[in-house]
Amino acid sequence: MTRETVLNAEHRASGAKMVDFGGWDMPLHYGSQIEEHHSVRRDAGMFDVSHMCAVDLAGADCRAFLRRLIANNTDKLQVPGKALYSAMLDESGGVVDDLIVYFLDDTHFRIVINAGTADKDLAWIEARRAEWNLAVAIEARRELAMIAVQGPNARAKALAALPELAAADVLKPFFAAAIGDVFIARTGYTGEDGFEIALPAARAASVWQALAAAGVAPCGLGARDTLRLEAGMNLYGQDMDESVSPLDAGLAWTVDLVSPRDFVGKTALLAHGQQKQFLGLLLEDRGVLRAHQHVYCDQGEGEITSGSFSPTLQRSIALARLPLGVAVGDHVEVDIRGKRLAARVVKPVFVRHGKPLI
Amino acid sequence: MSALPANLKYTKSHEWVRAEADGSVTIGITDHAQEALGDLVFVELPPVGKAIAAGEEAAVVESVKAAADVYAPLSGVVTAINDAVVDAPESVNQDAFSAWLFKLQPNDAAAVNALLDAAAYQQAIDAE
Repeated sequence: MTRETVLNAEHRASGAKMVDFGGWDMPLHYGSQIEEHHSVRRDAGMFDVSHMCAVDLAGADCRAFLRRLIANNTDKLQVPGKALYSAMLDESGGVVDDLIVYFLDDTHFRIVINAGTADKDLAWIEARRAEWNLAVAIEARRELAMIAVQGPNARAKALAALPELAAADVLKPFFAAAIGDVFIARTGYTGEDGFEIALPAARAASVWQALAAAGVAPCGLGARDTLRLEAGMNLYGQDMDESVSPLDAGLAWTVDLVSPRDFVGKTALLAHGQQKQFLGLLLEDRGVLRAHQHVYCDQGEGEITSGSFSPTLQRSIALARLPLGVAVGDHVEVDIRGKRLAARVVKPVFVRHGKPLI
Repeated sequence: MSALPANLKYTKSHEWVRAEADGSVTIGITDHAQEALGDLVFVELPPVGKAIAAGEEAAVVESVKAAADVYAPLSGVVTAINDAVVDAPESVNQDAFSAWLFKLQPNDAAAVNALLDAAAYQQAIDAE
């Protein structure tokens, strides 16, 4: 049975092409995913991300719980509203999910997890809480809608459309605030500025319509994928999963191995270390890089984990897991339908704030 | 979606075929196909002079989302390719029935008559 977000009727009324995404009926695009991509890079676009799941943690042991559950050190979160991107690992060091942790106060945190992994994640989180016998109440807030507004003009247009959120004007990047029953964060998944807004489902349609009236373009999952790829952001299930160490998925920066705390997966990470490099590829020949294509390097073979056409660069780009020793600037070959095409190894951040970095 | 041009023939794999006065056939992908693929960003066409059998992979069209094979609707030899769509794949999205991909000189000129007409192709896509 396919699940629908509260904005499903809005998408259909806007002529969206709908697809099944992890069991959810979601908009792929509203006509042209490339136009939607450009809207976010050049102006403002919005995404229904209500399929993602906010989980509230409350109780005296919140900090102790997160210290063991999350690969990054959540004790870095000391200012209320601050957000931290990281991952939950299993004992073998594989990635259970990537997530954002928001610090509200010492007894209240919110985490936001992926749609397709939400049931698995909640079972995992509850099992760890029971195992460690900590005083933490875990509440999945599935009733909340979430709208991401992204782009250079996203904040200005969102605040103009939603004057009740005017206090969010002062939010710094990677900070969030509760304003009434709305939770608004200056975060996103596009490489542009903007907000992610969690709000009661009953108001989602009116907020969506107000944003559209303010000139914020509805954008589907297609544009969301090319935007995050250009920004060099990982997609769970594609760039990493339970069979992949965060150290081999470009996520070492979200793992804290320095502090003395123990966390799930730490022993395995220390034992195995880094086995692969996670880097970007820029196709120099004509064609389109895709996930699972083989990459031939002087040091051995690698594999593309995410690939597509970059609307900003007008070239094909990819994220790839490559052998150790491959360096930025190296020339490699990618097997596309039996032909070996030339690609260059680049840093896995292709575009930020509207500007090509390649 | 606009009505299917009645002067064209079609395949269940979503190619359109136009029989030309000189006995050659012009081939493209249908509006239904471009709609399903989304924004096209790459087109790879066969070399002129290549002999292709009916049902064989002749060209590749790739959208942002996915790659799709274009099959030869008839057996024959490639006589021309449309370089303009290689340079501007989005022209297929804009007008799929104008943005042809390649031309074939069919081995059997009568074979084109066995392809689907507009009504039969419409039934095929309605049944999907």
